[in-house]
Amino acid sequence: MNAPLASAAHAVRKTVTVAAPIALAFEVFTARIESWWPMPSHHIGDADCAAVVIEPRVGGRWYERGTNGVECVWGQVLVWEPARRVVLVWQLDAQFKFDPTLHTEVDVRFTAIDDRTTQVDLEHRGLEAYGAAELAMREAFGSPNGWNGMLDHFAQVAGSAFVAPSADHAQP
Amino acid sequence: MTPAKTVLQARRFAALGDPTRLQVFKLIARAPLSVAEVAARLPVSRPAVSQHLKVLADAGLVQRDSAGTRNLYRPHTDGIATLRDFIDSLWDVGLARFKAQAEALARARAAPAAKEKK
Repeated sequence: MNAPLASAAHAVRKTVTVAAPIALAFEVFTARIESWWPMPSHHIGDADCAAVVIEPRVGGRWYERGTNGVECVWGQVLVWEPARRVVLVWQLDAQFKFDPTLHTEVDVRFTAIDDRTTQVDLEHRGLEAYGAAELAMREAFGSPNGWNGMLDHFAQVAGSAFVAPSADHAQP
Repeated sequence: MTPAKTVLQARRFAALGDPTRLQVFKLIARAPLSVAEVAARLPVSRPAVSQHLKVLADAGLVQRDSAGTRNLYRPHTDGIATLRDFIDSLWDVGLARFKAQAEALARARAAPAAKEKK
């Protein structure tokens, strides 16, 4: 990593090694994001999520499209270096609602270990942006739905962790 | 998703799964309160309130502050930490699924002929 490291408390970092060529790993992460994004639990629209799209260019939108055709923006593409790196701006708040004042970044780097193996380093940084929203969250915790909403999200994450995608569902 | 994280989440759900305990939690979420103050607001004895608060504290939902001779309880709600936990879990799940999809597609492309004959 050559970028300045974000404060550990305000960033989430993950590394995963994938048995796939670097170009394919990048393609699956971006163009085929809906094949692996933990839907349907993590989307913001009222309707079920039909698609998650990352427009393949700097300034492109990152959005979901519901089964009702309504598009909900999650953020935008900040850096687009095919097969090597993509940086996405993530502007969803704690309730998974779009908030244009929030700016957190998902920085994903792809490194070829060999022809068939890729290391993916992900950093979701800038979580201190939620600091400003913290007071509002504290308020929300006192409301009937604040904590419930958060706990629902936790439950869905925890639950979906046990639904491993089947290897047979590849769509070549 | 590490097992430890899942255990903590399960403990949080369990802690809030009790209606009385949820009421206790919602009360102190509005303002820090002592055991006596919680007991005065709910039809629950002080020892029972203490026990509920202990369960909530063990689940990492509540923390105790000493203010002179009073012990005040308030939610352990560092908003950033809570959200960080959530996002951490999200990427654990997401990247595991991403890895499985990428590897499945890599296998399919490596042996397209074999797949088509099936």
